[in-house]
Amino acid sequence: MSSNKDLFQPRQFRTPLSRARGMGSAHHGVSHFITERVSGLAFAPLTVWGVYSALKLIGADQHTVATWIGQPVNAVLLGLLLISALVHLQGAVQVVIEDYIYRFTTKSALVIGNLFVCVLAGAVGIFSILKVALTVTGAH
Amino acid sequence: MVELALPKNSQVKSGKHWPAPAGAKKVKTFKIYRYDPEAGGNPRWDTYDVDMDAVGPMVLDALLYIKNTIDPTLAFRRSCREGVCGSCSMNIGGRNTLACTHGWAEVPGKVVQISPLPHLPVVKDLIPDLTLFYAQYASIEPWLHTDTPEPQTEWKQSPKDREKLDGLYECILCACCSTSCPSYWWNGDKYLGPAALLHAYRWLIDSRDEATGDRLDALEDPFKLYRCHTIMNCAQVCPKGLNPAKAIAEIKKMMVERVV
Repeated sequence: MSSNKDLFQPRQFRTPLSRARGMGSAHHGVSHFITERVSGLAFAPLTVWGVYSALKLIGADQHTVATWIGQPVNAVLLGLLLISALVHLQGAVQVVIEDYIYRFTTKSALVIGNLFVCVLAGAVGIFSILKVALTVTGAH
Repeated sequence: MVELALPKNSQVKSGKHWPAPAGAKKVKTFKIYRYDPEAGGNPRWDTYDVDMDAVGPMVLDALLYIKNTIDPTLAFRRSCREGVCGSCSMNIGGRNTLACTHGWAEVPGKVVQISPLPHLPVVKDLIPDLTLFYAQYASIEPWLHTDTPEPQTEWKQSPKDREKLDGLYECILCACCSTSCPSYWWNGDKYLGPAALLHAYRWLIDSRDEATGDRLDALEDPFKLYRCHTIMNCAQVCPKGLNPAKAIAEIKKMMVERVV
């Protein structure tokens, strides 16, 4: 596995073209690129809605907030906000890891860890929204 | 991990000082990076007080003056002295550019600081090792790919299609863009860099080329192409006024067009 250190330790018996070609193209990347943009596109208006709603709920008591979450539109939009944010976050953090971490094992562990954390956050978040939305009384 | 500390023996220390000759009226100080790997030791900043009345208008004129009259041991590349060959690319006043087309009067501040192109191994003084940079250019196969039997005369191209190559073919491979790119600094062994990608796009949109799909296949990679984070340093520093970031964005657009 090549590392950035190779730049400063030229391998005398490996040709420059061999180094430049490396292991060739991974033939992926475009799906990640599209996912990042589309999740960002979805995330932006949902964030505006989320911030607006949060501001409106300032000072409200627990039952009012729970009732608000219990509204079908609010519950669905909250879920979508959470999912789009986490999809975007997972992709973006993966890029940061790939940028700065060079050791294959460390990089792989962090990329997988990032995925697990985001999926766990999503699962907990969706479960919480559903639990509040489906148990609150007086929302419908 | 990204290296935050400098490797051993790479800290640049202060070096020799050459004062201006007596009677010099218009004096400017040039602070120049000096390093000779064969001699060992740390790199150093040498300072030269130059009588600017004896020097032409460009930074290259000053460097040639220093080499010819003050310190013949100073090493740098130069050839055409008119922005065509790309040999004298270096970091002048904190900005990658060509010494031959950059006036020393344009450099802000009292001292003109000159160092080699950033984040490349140094061969000597202002000469970086561009081996991998050139190999990356070669890896995009910068020539016409065709399967159709060659025509009797030339491969024809409409003036409109030819126009698409404007802003791309002018690249002189000086490496100012690639070595100004943080992504290229951190992943220069895997990311092709703005210069090679600008050339890749030049061949992708050449109406005569028959290997667009193969070329896109070879580029679709999280590192070769997608390390570009649109930082735009490349477009900022290009001494020819080209925009490699736009060319890379066009490649990314082609990748999307292929799947959508």
